[in-house]
Amino acid sequence: MAARLIELPPARGPLSEGLFAALEEPSGEGMEVPDAIDSVDPIADEDLQLALYVAYELHYTAIRGVDEGWEWAPSLIGFRAALERPFEAAVAALVEPAAEEELASVGAALQQIVAEDPGPPLSRHMEIEGRLEQMLELVVHRSAYQLKESDPHSWAIPRLSPRPKAALLEVQADEYGGGDPERMHAVLFANTMAALGLDPTYGRYLERLPAVTLATVNLMSGFGLHRRRRGAIVGHLAAFEMTSSIPNRRYGNALRRLGFGREATHFYDEHVEADAVHENIAAWDLAGGLAADEPEVAADILFGARALLQVEARWARHLMDSWERGDSSLCEPVAVPA
Amino acid sequence: MPGSGRSIVVDPNPDQSSPVTITPYPNGPYLVRGDFVVQDQQGHELPSERRTIALCRCGKSRIRPFCDGTHKLIGFEAPSEAEPWPRG
Repeated sequence: MAARLIELPPARGPLSEGLFAALEEPSGEGMEVPDAIDSVDPIADEDLQLALYVAYELHYTAIRGVDEGWEWAPSLIGFRAALERPFEAAVAALVEPAAEEELASVGAALQQIVAEDPGPPLSRHMEIEGRLEQMLELVVHRSAYQLKESDPHSWAIPRLSPRPKAALLEVQADEYGGGDPERMHAVLFANTMAALGLDPTYGRYLERLPAVTLATVNLMSGFGLHRRRRGAIVGHLAAFEMTSSIPNRRYGNALRRLGFGREATHFYDEHVEADAVHENIAAWDLAGGLAADEPEVAADILFGARALLQVEARWARHLMDSWERGDSSLCEPVAVPA
Repeated sequence: MPGSGRSIVVDPNPDQSSPVTITPYPNGPYLVRGDFVVQDQQGHELPSERRTIALCRCGKSRIRPFCDGTHKLIGFEAPSEAEPWPRG
């Protein structure tokens, strides 16, 4: 995989238009910051989520023709904050506040929270009857995160005390391939995309991804990039790992049923065993360790876990509802390779 | 050393830098860390590419002896600490 370089996608409304126009100028020019953004449904707001995604991408990748100075330009950060506020409020409205008794054992509370996952049975559908074009769409949606898998959680590293930091590094070292770039999960995902006839170039499908998909990644970028949300990013990672091994086994089975070999399935098969390890470290040593060292962020750990499940459920429902209607779940469908 | 529970320390060679630890995680698998080898009865090594592995504790994994997360589907419950014996 080469160094990341993405193209600016087409704008979807006044927010993304304003951002993309500004990004074509030198960062010293600055940009206009809206006072307040009026969005009926921020999680599914195409314009808001795309603008926020690209604002965060400045921290992850080069963008063709864009001055790298924009990453920390004060007006860009002000603009991003104006987008984050309604998104954060919309997520908070979906999340049940942590109960007092849950805070006594964050690890046990996380086990209970993921056992009550509100999402629809997407992985079961894929395993049993998902069609090839649905599998391709699923992979394209997930490319928004999985081509930079683990990166949003790595923002938390310098913000943690020694015990949770060591636990996070134990998980991340494995996610990043344990010293072997060929075992890095983002690289395994790129191999899966190539094996399915998709283009594994970072950012290649951005313009096809709907708001609800971008929201799943914006959620973790927001938690990761704000130190005040260190509890939430830790809870997000724990719940992500705790809801990963079983669905990934099903996605691997779906690919085998569709006739694909190891090159396509390896990413999913690897996650079955890897995340069965990671989920325990993440729940008990990382989340539990952080709650022990900083009890004041314990409630935010559980917020991060519940927020993940709610935003993922919204995304999964979008896929299943679109397919139920016979529609593509992408803004524009991908061609099924011959 | 992970702090969420008791670990069994297996240290056949006191000079080695990282003694093997086996940690039962609450309602989950055994995590094994250190310079370990997993082998079958014939002495054939069971390959694993990662430094920390999870061994199945519920008995229902489909990739035994390794954990695949199935314990969550069957409601497996066990503490990290040793269970008291004889029970009172």
